[in-house]
Amino acid sequence: MSASKALNLTLKVWRQKNQEDKGKMDTYQVSDISPDSSFLEMMDILNEQLIEEGTEPVAFDHDCREGICGSCSMYINGEAHGPGRSITTCQLHMREFKDGDTIFIEPWRAKAFPVIKDLVVDRTAFDKIMAAGGFVSVNTSGNTQDANAIPIEKSHADQAFDAASCIGCGACVASCKNASAMLFVSAKVSQLALLPQGQVEAKERVKNMVKVMDEEGFGNCSNTGACEVECPKGISIENIARMNREYLSASLKTEDA
Amino acid sequence: MTKLDSKIPQGPIADKWTKHKNEIRLVNPANKRSIDVIVVGTGLAGGSASATLAELGYNVKAFCYQDSPRRAHSIAAQGGINAAKNYQGDGDSVYRLFYDTVKGGDYRSREANVYRLAEVSTNIIDQCVAQGVPFARDYGGLLDNRSFGGVQVSRTFYAKGQTGQQLLLGCYSAMSRQIGKGKIKMYNRHEMMDLVVVEGKARGIIARNLITGEIERHSAHAVVIASGGYGNVFFLSTNAMGSNTSAAWKVHKKGAFFANPCFTQIHPTCIPQHGEQQSKLTLMSESLRNDGRIWVPKKKEDAQAVREGKLHPTKIAEEDRDYYLERRYPSFGNLVPRDVASRAAKERCDEGYGVGTNESGEAVFLDFDAAIMRYGQEEANVKGYHDASDTQIRILGEKVIEKKYGNLFQMYEKITADNPYKTPMKIYPAVHYTMGGVWVDYNLMTTIPGCYAIGEANFSEHGANRLGASALMQGLADGYFVLPYTIGDYLSDDIRTGAIPTDSPEFDQAEKDVKDRIDFFLNNKGQHSVDYYHKRLGKIMWNKVGMARNEKGLKEAIAEIKALREGFWKDVRVTGDAYSMNQELEKAGRVADFLELGELFARDALERNESCGGHFREEYQTEEGEAVRDDKGFTFVSAWEYKGEPSDAVLHKEDLVYENIELKTRSYK
Repeated sequence: MSASKALNLTLKVWRQKNQEDKGKMDTYQVSDISPDSSFLEMMDILNEQLIEEGTEPVAFDHDCREGICGSCSMYINGEAHGPGRSITTCQLHMREFKDGDTIFIEPWRAKAFPVIKDLVVDRTAFDKIMAAGGFVSVNTSGNTQDANAIPIEKSHADQAFDAASCIGCGACVASCKNASAMLFVSAKVSQLALLPQGQVEAKERVKNMVKVMDEEGFGNCSNTGACEVECPKGISIENIARMNREYLSASLKTEDA
Repeated sequence: MTKLDSKIPQGPIADKWTKHKNEIRLVNPANKRSIDVIVVGTGLAGGSASATLAELGYNVKAFCYQDSPRRAHSIAAQGGINAAKNYQGDGDSVYRLFYDTVKGGDYRSREANVYRLAEVSTNIIDQCVAQGVPFARDYGGLLDNRSFGGVQVSRTFYAKGQTGQQLLLGCYSAMSRQIGKGKIKMYNRHEMMDLVVVEGKARGIIARNLITGEIERHSAHAVVIASGGYGNVFFLSTNAMGSNTSAAWKVHKKGAFFANPCFTQIHPTCIPQHGEQQSKLTLMSESLRNDGRIWVPKKKEDAQAVREGKLHPTKIAEEDRDYYLERRYPSFGNLVPRDVASRAAKERCDEGYGVGTNESGEAVFLDFDAAIMRYGQEEANVKGYHDASDTQIRILGEKVIEKKYGNLFQMYEKITADNPYKTPMKIYPAVHYTMGGVWVDYNLMTTIPGCYAIGEANFSEHGANRLGASALMQGLADGYFVLPYTIGDYLSDDIRTGAIPTDSPEFDQAEKDVKDRIDFFLNNKGQHSVDYYHKRLGKIMWNKVGMARNEKGLKEAIAEIKALREGFWKDVRVTGDAYSMNQELEKAGRVADFLELGELFARDALERNESCGGHFREEYQTEEGEAVRDDKGFTFVSAWEYKGEPSDAVLHKEDLVYENIELKTRSYK
């Protein structure tokens, strides 16, 4: 498709057998990569090459390959999801690189995300935070009230949507010097706090989610803002401010009671 | 089992579901606590079923191969979800949604199931809003709707181009609440390797822990398969890389019939393939056809110049453009159903009018220019700019389009490096969804007692072609509102059974089979990688069992797939070991199953001597190239029984009876 010529690249890839292994960077060469290929297609080509050579291919998480499942989690040249803004690794294309480039590929690095193998990390800490309160307590009955019974101000609905578009990839944690999960947690807290359906249990929610976030070993927020810059979905740190307000108000109210 | 019993309740269609719910047996809350249910897959169907079953009090064990249930591929659905709410007052009703779905499916779906789907569709929207799903709203604060292909009302609810994501996160939230309570035990990064049948009933599964490689036994009183469709049999599709048929195929091999495998949806609006290194295809939402106009040049020389990069499409004059959908189907225009739109694109490209820059020239334009100018003019009128220039109108119009489809336009630009506000998008059909799947009765139970299939994994509601925004509706209908009722009828026999032991000979055997297969893969030391075979299978499927099929091609495909399968078992190379994370081993198991399914798929297409919906046989078409159905010969569901090799599979027929809708030639002209 593109007139520009195929790329030859040097890859420095993190290899780690399992959680206990120390791990190291290995060097590989790939050639004849189309600039129209995605970064993960380039990784497929590397893996085919490794299999041919009888070496075990590089393990990495990926699934939808269209930027929405949040599986892919590579730290490329020192940036979560690599160069470019508002994209996941699967949406990164090789036209962003030049012939002869050396590319460094590492897993997310955070205490709460231990490496499972090579570039694959364990992000179940996010699921545990969600299970602590990332929901509205409503059962499925078939007789909840009509969906249009409560009009919701469009700006609130839109803001809730923007917060809800988080894909849970963990780039915010990987980019934060403190490995804080505040952007992730605040996105869910904000979404539900902005909607009337979520307000009923808003106070309990924010306290419970923050508690588990701390228990899981994520760091504190020092307002550096790296998370917002690297977030593939452009989740705003205004959500963190909103969560802090929610948390403060929840703490005060409870002490009153 | 020669005669299939669909267990459709008696009575008028509008009363069937209510009557059935009143008559089926229940399990009381105390007894539910001693009953275990396994759910495989955590997309919209599996996620909603797991959450609801746990809310009801059952002990749920949910499995997904991803690292979190939130990543199931339902997340990638863009456009929306249908519901017969009639909030727009444009004449919608349960009956009309039912009718549109049966007609859209080209009269190859089961009336009673479709009616029930339309009936519960309204509950889904209420439930999702109650969960905090942020659907699009208008300035009055009420829910907004848009229109999708094959219908003449606006009944599609949406959340920008991320409706599937928002609905799945709703399910995942509901699941998370039950996981926190301990009512759902979640098994992330686990793959179902086999179904365990004890005394004729589904009683558990063998699963592989994808981190440690450990083979585990899990028992339950019922097993629900919610593992999605099998579009990846084509290698290139819009499915996720990990989407596979293995769970569905394993239950098929244990006795569940597999229905209508040849009914596959080729979605008309996907980003064209860029080259041989491509790993998957990306969909552009059907909602774009609300405002985009599809065209190719009228002159072959213009098409060629575009392909060679010598002519910019915006330079082609209006009278030299062929808006072929508007020309052929004036009443539905660009919003004809997916199968019709896909075939029309293929027809133009085959004739030499394609505008793709890849080898085959396969692409057509999806153009927003007219919509941009129309919306821009509206905005100018509203704002009182009476002498706005074209440039100003264009800027206003682009803003409107950005609000509606911003994320889709951005996604397109990221992949192709073309700006779709300035130059028309290029699109081409790609494999997207499989209407076929595990055969189920009205209760969503397969031919194995206690084994259920829901969502895309079953064959039920969409007939030979699914309408846009109906997959999300079906997944959630099955999981939230249908299965949780119907499964109780079966489980009411199990209130005194107690926990199912996992030390039975059936579990021993199933585990041994799984381990033997893994050992085989790792010790085979062949020449070619798993992808080598998968890509070849995909090519055969796309070329001979794709958008247009004929007897000769299908016979060739059957022979070629068989030979490829034999080659795979002789010469596949799987690196790594059994007791650690091994993604090649995971792929090997899945491709092995695709290599069997592919052959049955081609055989099903060969047996069905008619054209209907997504199944187009070149021998059966009108002079104008429209599909010719054979209602006398083929108004039935093909349900295949496993007998070893795909060539030995036995065909059972479930006759489809239309009592409420008259069978007609589908026309969108």
